[in-house]
Amino acid sequence: MKKNFVKRLTGGLLVAGLVGAALTGCGSSASTNEVAATGEDTVEADSNAGFRTLDEIKESGTINIGVFSDKSPFGFVDENGEYAGYDVYFAERIGKDLGVEINYVSTEAANRIEYLQTGKVDIILANFTVTEERAQEVDFALPYMNVALGVVSPDSAVVESLDDLGADDQIIVISGTTAETYLTKNYPDIKLQKYDAYAEAKTAFENGNGVAWANDNTEVIAFSLENEGYTVGIPSLGDQDTIAPAVTKGNETLLNWLNEEIESLGSENFFHADYEATLLDTYGADYEDTLVLEGGK
Amino acid sequence: MASLGIDVLFKGTNFLRLLQGLWVSIEISLISVVLSILLGLLVGVLMTVNNKVLHAILKVYLETVRIMPQMVLLFIVYFGTTRVFGWDMSAETSAIFVFTFWGTAEMGDLVRGSIKSIPAIQFESAWALGMDKVQTYFYIILPQTVRRLIPLSINLITRMIKTTSLVMMIGIVEVLKVAQQIIEANRKTSPNAAFGVFLVVFLLYFIVCWPISRLATYLEKRWA
Repeated sequence: MKKNFVKRLTGGLLVAGLVGAALTGCGSSASTNEVAATGEDTVEADSNAGFRTLDEIKESGTINIGVFSDKSPFGFVDENGEYAGYDVYFAERIGKDLGVEINYVSTEAANRIEYLQTGKVDIILANFTVTEERAQEVDFALPYMNVALGVVSPDSAVVESLDDLGADDQIIVISGTTAETYLTKNYPDIKLQKYDAYAEAKTAFENGNGVAWANDNTEVIAFSLENEGYTVGIPSLGDQDTIAPAVTKGNETLLNWLNEEIESLGSENFFHADYEATLLDTYGADYEDTLVLEGGK
Repeated sequence: MASLGIDVLFKGTNFLRLLQGLWVSIEISLISVVLSILLGLLVGVLMTVNNKVLHAILKVYLETVRIMPQMVLLFIVYFGTTRVFGWDMSAETSAIFVFTFWGTAEMGDLVRGSIKSIPAIQFESAWALGMDKVQTYFYIILPQTVRRLIPLSINLITRMIKTTSLVMMIGIVEVLKVAQQIIEANRKTSPNAAFGVFLVVFLLYFIVCWPISRLATYLEKRWA
């Protein structure tokens, strides 16, 4: 801890020096850089934003995997400070089969693509739903789970169709999720309340800030099973989607390895074992075959 | 108390993790605060210098900080620099950079305001006594400025400490993120944990910010 502190302090002093230099000497360049950076955000990642190939990862001995740290039962941190959940169970297997240590990075729904495009993580395993728009930004491997959207609402006023909503009714969504994209595209008139973190959205919903909460159906089913007084009025909205690991666009070696890994894991029914170890408590045995995708199909 | 869900904090290493998260917040904010105060004093003095070019540059800097949400700055520095320049800055360094960048601008403006509020006669008297510019600032102006700055800067400092919760967006696990993790990991067994855990987080922030506020009151009285 001490060493870290000193390291960060020197880091801080260095950047502070930079600020100082930018202010006294070349102040205008600092602001132009920023404009350039914002402009660049919308453009495809260029050659600077590298990724690590399979061999480079193996050589370094550590793989960086982005997972959720507050999304039980897919990716969360248990009481001993260890990462756990359906995604993490798979991540552990990836680490084992690659023969490398895993460095977990805590991600939010809104920054998963950024992490991959800048090469700051090698794989995102954070309940990442495959969509066309995202597939243009990152490369998805074979899927390992099924998902659709669902809408949960309080028992006292169950929302069974989005067409029944009043003009002032607001729906809670998490920024950067498929629910947000789907509703914005197909129901532009519905007012959305957007939250950055899962825990915030959940608290807001429980406090009655919105009439309903739209999210992946796994999420809303789990929520209604765990919390009394809530019903999933719309269990399946929009198209059936899949959840898959994602890598930086163009990282073919890692993508191919992941695809082979998922195919070969199918023969040992790995994801069913994963479900039974991590999701059974939340969804019960009824949903196992609906949710699990084995061997990528 | 069990209904508040505070008991989840005593499971496993949860409370220890919360404190470690708090330390991360304190570390980032204190380094940034110290740097912001030092650089802010310098920038504030520069802001009062009669030089059009310098004035314009500092104006652009201050306005940039005012307009840009800290979250955007964090994304630009952490992800943007990697994209554009290929720099791989650590999340902590990026956070300290952004908070220092922000704090320096606001601190500088507070220093500028405080210096401007010092009557011109103070400068004139110092020069009449034969002091040069540096001596005037060092012995006459800055001591008076610092006294006026205390209540103003305490607002900025406590705000910086609380805003560190944004660093979770660039993957740093600080106190609020740990709180969310604990709440989520226990959402089946203690659905009410959110209230209790956030209450504890509130107390932790209070414990950090209150002594700073007390120190300010003490210094204000002593230097008055």
